[in-house]
Formats: sequence, structure tokens, C-alpha cells
Amino acid sequence: MTTEVLGAAIKRREDPKFITGAGNYLDDIKLPGMTHAAILRSPYAHANIRSVDVSAARAMPGVVAVITGADIPYNPLPMAWPAGGSSGLQNNVNMPRVLATDSVKWTGEGVAAVIAETEEQAYDALEAILVDYEPLPTVVDAEEATKPGAPQLHENAPNNIVFDWTVGDKSGTEKAFADAEVVVKQRLVNQRLIPNPMEGRGDIGLYNPGTDEYTVWMSSQTPHIQRLLLTAFVTGIPEHKVRVIAPDVGGAFGTKIFCYADMALVMFASKLIGGRPVKWVEGRRENYQSTTHGRDHITYLEVAGKRDGEVTGLRVKTYANLGGRLSTIGPGVPTTLYGRVLSGCYKIPNVFCEVIGVYTNTVFVDAYRGAGRPEATYVVERAMDLFAAEVGLDRAAIRRKNFIPPEAFPYDNPSGLLTAVNGSKLYIDSGNYEPALNKALTAVNYYEIDKAKKEARKRGKLLGVGLSTYLEVCGVAPSKWIGAVGEGWGAAMWESANIRVHLTGKVVVTVGTSPQGQGHETTYSQIIAHELGVPMDDIVIQHSDTQGTPFGYGSYGSRTSNVGSTAAIKAAGKIKEKARRFAAHMLEASVDDIEIDGPNYRVKGSPDKVKTIQEIAFALDLAFDPPEGMEPYLDETAYWDTPNCTFPFGTHIAIVEIDEETGGVELVRYVAVDDVGNEINPLIVGGQIHGGIAQGVGQALWEGAVYNDDGQLVSGSMMDYALPRAAWLPSFELDKTVTPSPVNPLGVKGVGEAGTIGSTAATANAVIDALSPLGIRHLDMPYTAQKVWHAIQTAKGGQA
Amino acid sequence: MTEHIALVVNGQQRELDVEPRRLLVQVLREDLDLTGTHVGCDTSQCGACTVHVDGLAVKSCTMLAVQADGSAVRTIEGMATDGELHPIQAAFWEKHGLQCGFCTPGMIMAAADLLQRTTEPSDEEIRHAIEGNFCRCTGYHNIVEAIREAAAVTRAAAAAPVGEKAGGAR
Repeated sequence: MTTEVLGAAIKRREDPKFITGAGNYLDDIKLPGMTHAAILRSPYAHANIRSVDVSAARAMPGVVAVITGADIPYNPLPMAWPAGGSSGLQNNVNMPRVLATDSVKWTGEGVAAVIAETEEQAYDALEAILVDYEPLPTVVDAEEATKPGAPQLHENAPNNIVFDWTVGDKSGTEKAFADAEVVVKQRLVNQRLIPNPMEGRGDIGLYNPGTDEYTVWMSSQTPHIQRLLLTAFVTGIPEHKVRVIAPDVGGAFGTKIFCYADMALVMFASKLIGGRPVKWVEGRRENYQSTTHGRDHITYLEVAGKRDGEVTGLRVKTYANLGGRLSTIGPGVPTTLYGRVLSGCYKIPNVFCEVIGVYTNTVFVDAYRGAGRPEATYVVERAMDLFAAEVGLDRAAIRRKNFIPPEAFPYDNPSGLLTAVNGSKLYIDSGNYEPALNKALTAVNYYEIDKAKKEARKRGKLLGVGLSTYLEVCGVAPSKWIGAVGEGWGAAMWESANIRVHLTGKVVVTVGTSPQGQGHETTYSQIIAHELGVPMDDIVIQHSDTQGTPFGYGSYGSRTSNVGSTAAIKAAGKIKEKARRFAAHMLEASVDDIEIDGPNYRVKGSPDKVKTIQEIAFALDLAFDPPEGMEPYLDETAYWDTPNCTFPFGTHIAIVEIDEETGGVELVRYVAVDDVGNEINPLIVGGQIHGGIAQGVGQALWEGAVYNDDGQLVSGSMMDYALPRAAWLPSFELDKTVTPSPVNPLGVKGVGEAGTIGSTAATANAVIDALSPLGIRHLDMPYTAQKVWHAIQTAKGGQA
Repeated sequence: MTEHIALVVNGQQRELDVEPRRLLVQVLREDLDLTGTHVGCDTSQCGACTVHVDGLAVKSCTMLAVQADGSAVRTIEGMATDGELHPIQAAFWEKHGLQCGFCTPGMIMAAADLLQRTTEPSDEEIRHAIEGNFCRCTGYHNIVEAIREAAAVTRAAAAAPVGEKAGGAR
């Protein structure tokens, strides 16, 4: 018997190369004759470009070419997800060009590029480019940008509004508020974040004049999508003339989903200079200025309910900052991925949400780990705490009271939050929320927390405990749902896999998903080893190269374990079926009499009559004696379009201590009880949750992208943007419940984002709880010592 | 204008002519093809470029290559010996101390520096020792676990030659 590998905590097969320095990230690639690109970026947040003079730069040492926007015939970058949905749809879309031509809308928008023999020469030459800018007034705050008199960014977007999108039951919600015993209101700022994968972005373009073909290496989550977008929408180069490869990707967190100007630039430049390779690698400060940011919402929250703690209505109006031009799916994030999950794990009967997407003089905002769902969770979890405080009930009790009960699944949201414009519905597939809550409460001894608070107070510390009973949505989405007329999404969302069992019995699996550190080569191997009964070591997983893998939509939105894996299981099913038919032929038995037991294909009742999958592959791949009509080779491809999304959930509890004298906040404990369904590899699941928690805590306590009024990015480097460091965090305490998803055969849900989604709200609620004895009911993140100290002083002054 | 420098890199004598403005990390990555050492920022904050210079952990982006003239430099490529992983490398693998792998070489070099100083680090000391190294994937949890594990293995190995005394690895 082979040892069961599916569900086992197996060490990752990816790791040997990474721990020995043998990884192959984009900047590690060296090609003969390689040139280096540098991009001149606007120092102004808003300006018209009067002229660009590159003559001096062209004469600089080592310069091969200097390129301006006027040189490039390509289209602007494509918009793949204009906000769809309900009333007030405007979709005033303005996309970046490869290089700006007539105006710049944020500090960091690319204006010109130098291609040189060395990187240093390229950057030296940038300084010789003369751009005559006509500076214009700027606006960086989304709410301010919509007010009369605000600087206007685009002629086709009056008041800087990209869209005005609504979802939910407006009249029902109005009635709920009219009838409410209690109404709570709060303005919430979900600050802008810089995602910060440790490897920035980069691309290498290589044009082959002999074949008129391009190869583009890019640090990307979506090589197939980029090939499609760059060819069909940007360059007009036929899709089959371009090969896109994502080498090892050093983290992404959403930023590497999108189509960026530099990808087209290196293609254009390589052809321009006769086919020499062109490499562009962004620096960290450049990453901060020109790769997507996340979050940046201003929200007006209203909660309606009864004195007994029942929440009867939620009304939300959000200004979503989308930047100076739009990123690839920027409008989809604060609409579908936010408004549609606003009621979280609660049976709130009436919900209405309006989102106003706004242009400002900032870099574009798009999906960042969690993408819309952390923002929604922050709103609803702050709502529960604010409401609990108002009616004087315990925060755990109020959550328990409003949970969707376990017998209500599959759950159809009564306000139609998950109903597409054409009536196509998603359901919350499964759930059982109380066990996770109970486990987490027990872990922190929740009902004895007042003792801990008193003890802390003796030490000059304000102790706070915060809960987040989050709901996540993974595996977005059924193509027929997301592609529904009016929903705005420009693509299907299925996944693909091909499996070949070679003559030697070794198995090659190619997949359309594309990892960035999640360990897909390990988890896919575990799944296929389980399905085919072959040793993991006999399986290779190939991905991230459009040559040789089936088209796939890539990895984001925690979709690989549920959508991608299911495609692979489906392909394995086809392999097994063909192997079974061939085994019947080899064993001279009827197909119906062949039983599959791991690698063995056996005649029922005749244990000696057996062929292994390796023997079958050998014979069928040689094909000396196939049955009539059977094609040679075990080689099968499958596509899987999920019938529904999956909905992980859990309870996160943060415990913080605030130094009353300094305002310094310390996270002292963090307990996470997550339900991500069945686990393919618990080691990897734990790692995903740890990392997610750190990022979510980072938002609550430290991180924030700050633009000044002139549109300069003040938090412009790693010295200014407070990424969590090891010494700032405790070790995390993880536990789980397991409610398998009925949506896919593995019963998995997805785990890439859950940690981030749960942790920001839990930590924020803990800080507010710690401050609540001072009469503080809300404070916007991040809770820096300065901000908390001011809040404490103001509160004490108010009491005096 | 270039300067002639001589280094011992991962035990091998290397001599090259470098521009004085070039950083040690650039020379390692570009001239010596040791691309396991990474560049994650431009302000000496991230620690992805950490290597050992004369036995001490150094961010190789904070040092000019000419300053390393005459020094012994060890990079991630020099950590395994005769195909056997260094205990820290093995522990990072065992404890899932890495995800995307980009910060990992610098993390391992910083951790190795710590374990040269003490083989009984507290969690607080471990977290302090890697405070100059950013990781965005792991939340540091499993990195701390890995370094703790590597310390235990190192203690056990140090105790072993003394004999079979109990309590070698506490």
C-alpha cells in the first residue's frame, strides 16, 4: 500500500532550490546581448505634457534607444472588469498608455524610456531627458474628489466619478431603518496599502526577427491572460506569435495579476532595436509609485437593529479610490468583490450598498490580498462591535445571535447581494459558524478577560480583545455568473489541466494556474498521486509558460485549490477511464469488470489478473496492440468551471495591550480558528494563514500609503512605509473546524486570503476595545503610537 | 575607471576589476553569477541581500565591492557542504519557513549569524536577529520555528562528539 499523501503535511518540493539560492526569479535571467530599460516617471501628480526632448539622452554613453509615448502605436491598456451591476452605471474608463502622451495623472506615471547596454547607463540617461510639464491642481482623497470645485482629471468623468454602483434591497433597507429601535452610524476609513511582495515586478522582452515571434518573461500571476491582453487589446500582435513565461515569482499578493505598461514596452523596445532582449526590473521606490496599491475606501456605515441585538439592516456608502487611471480589474474589486459580501456570515435581512468609484491623482488601486473582502469584513465586523456597544450586549453574543444558522445552507442572500443582474445566483455553499467561535473564545478564555484587563491596568496597560467572525469567498467564479450580462467581467473563470502518463510511467501534469509561493507543485502532486496511485516523485507539475500549458486564468482569489485542482482531478478521471478500458483489453475482460485500486487495474474476482497504470501506459503509449478505435497514449485535458464559489469562514481573536503613557500598541496574542474545508496539505495551509494574518495585522497597526495634497507619495520607500517586522509580531495560535465544501470533489475552499480577511478587523476591534474605557468608540487605522496617544489625550481632556 | 579586488567567495579565490560605485551585491549577482543573493529594496531595509563578510552578516547592498577587497564572503550558494544542507537550510525546509523564497537566502544568512553567536536563542532573540529582514509571505511564524529547530539541531551536533551524555539536546 502506498502511504496516503492527500491531506498530509508534506514538505514542499519547491524548497530545495530556494534554500540553496538556485531559484530563478526574473532578475536572475541573463540572455546574450541583453539590454536594460529604465522608465522616466512623472514627478508631478497632475500635469499636461507640453513636450519631451530626448535628444541629449540619445547621445549618452551606452544608450541604444530612447522611447516616448508618441513613438508607440499601441492602444491603451485594457479594462477587463468595468463595474457592472445596478443603477447609475457610468464606467467612465480611462486606461494608461504604454508611456503617457499628453498628460500625467499621478507621480510615477511613465513618460519616456531609455534602453541601454547597462542598467546604470539607462538610469544615467533618464536624467538627460527634458520634459516640459504644465502642472495642474491635484486631488488625492476620493471623497474630496467628487465635491464641486475639485480638480478634474478626465473630461469624460465629471466630478471624477468612474461609476456609481449599487447592490442590495434599497426600499427594504429604508424600511428597516425606519422601523429600527436602534441606529448606529460611523464613518470608516480603510486606508490605502502598498502590497509589497519581496520581489518587485519586472519583464524581459525578446523579439525574434527570423520568426517574427516574441517571448516575454514577466513576474506575473497570469501569464495566459497577459498574452491575451497584450496581443488582442494592446499591441495587435497575433496571440500565437507571443509566448509568455512567468519564472519563479517572489510573492505577488494581487499586484502581479494585472496588465502593465512595461510588459508592452519591453516587447516594443526589443523589436525596435532589432531583436536584442530588453530587461526592465523595477526598484522598490518605483514599485511604490507605479505598481498597484490596495484598499483606500471611505465608508459611511449605518446599522439598524433591535435592542435585543438583532441586526435588521445595513446601509453602506463607500467612496473607492481607484487612482489616476484604472488598473486591469480596479472597478471590480470595490463592487462585486466588496458590496456583494457585505453582510458577512450574518443573516441581516436588509442590505443596501452604494459604491462610488473615483479618480484621484494617485497610482491605481486594484486587488490586494483579499481584494474587497477584507474591506467588507472590516465594515461588517466594526458594525457588529459598534452595534453591540450601542445596545450594551456582549460582542460574541451579538455575533452568535445574528449568524446564519447551519441549517440555512445553501444560503440565498435575501437582499440579492449574490444575484447577478440577469438573475443568476450564487449561494453561500456551506457553513457552521458557532463551533469556530466557541473554540476561539475558549482559547483566549474570553469570558474571564476582565481579569486580564484589570491585571494589565495595574501595569499601565490597556488590554483589549477583538473578534472577527469573518466570511471569505474563494474560487471566483462560475463563468455564467461572472459573465452575466451587465456584470462587467470580461472573461470566463474556469481552469484547466492536462495529464500525460509517459511510456516510463512518469506523469507530467500541466496546469493553467500560476503560483507565487503557494507551493502548487507540491499540492497538485499530492492530488494527482492520490488520484492515479503513482508515487509523488514520479509526477512533475508544469505551469506558468503559455507554451506547453493549457490556457488558464492564473492564480489569485484563492482559486487554485478549488477550481484548478478540480480541473486536475477531472483530467485524472479521464486518464483512469481510458486506462480502465485499455486494461480490459489487455486482460481480456469486460470494462465493467475492471476495478481500480490505486495504481492497480484488476479484474473483479480475479485478483491475479491485474495491470498497473505504469504497465498500461507503457503498452498504450507504444500502441502496438490497441483495441479498435482507441487512440494511443494516456493524455487527457480537462476544464473545470465551478458551479458556485466557496465560502471559508472562521473566528479570529486579537489581544492587544496599549501603553497608556506612549500610545504604543502591542499585539500580545493572536488566535485564529479557520474553516477552509478539507486540507490538501496542512503545512501549507498553516503557512498561508500565518502570512495572511501578518498582512492584516500590518494594516491595522502600522501600514499606510500616504500622499500629500500635491500628490507626492510621502510613504515612498521601505524606510517610510511600515512593513511588519519579525520583532513586532507574536507567534500565532491556529486551530480549525472542518466543514467541507460541497462545491468540489475535494471539499476544499481556498486559504490564500482568509488570514488577511479576518485579521484586520479582529486587531482593530481589539484596539478599540482597549480604548473603550476612555469613551472612545472608533478610531481609524493604522493605530500608530502617535495616533493612539492623541486619541487617549483627547479622550482624557474631554473627561476632565 | 576600475579597481582590482580579490575576494574569497564561498571558499574560492576570485579576482576582478570593478567600478568603484558598484555594490557588493551587484558584483555577486552580475559579475560572479551568484544570483541566490537577492535585491528587494533600495534603502537597505529588506535584508534580502544579506551575506556573510568575514563571518558576519552584512547587507551586501550597503557595502561597496571595493570595501570587500581582501575579505572572505559567504553567500547562500556556499551554505551547503558536499551536498549536505546547512542545519538552517534543512530547518527552513522542514518547518515550511519559506513560501515565495525571495527573502529566504537573506533570512538564512541572518539566522546563521545568530547561531554563530548563540545556539540557545530565545524567541525574542530570534525575532530580534531577523528584524532587519523582511518576509511578506510567512508572517515570520515558521521562520522562527525553523531557526529554533536549527538551534536545537546545532546544539545536538555540538554535544554529540563529547560522548553519549544525556541532555545533549535539551
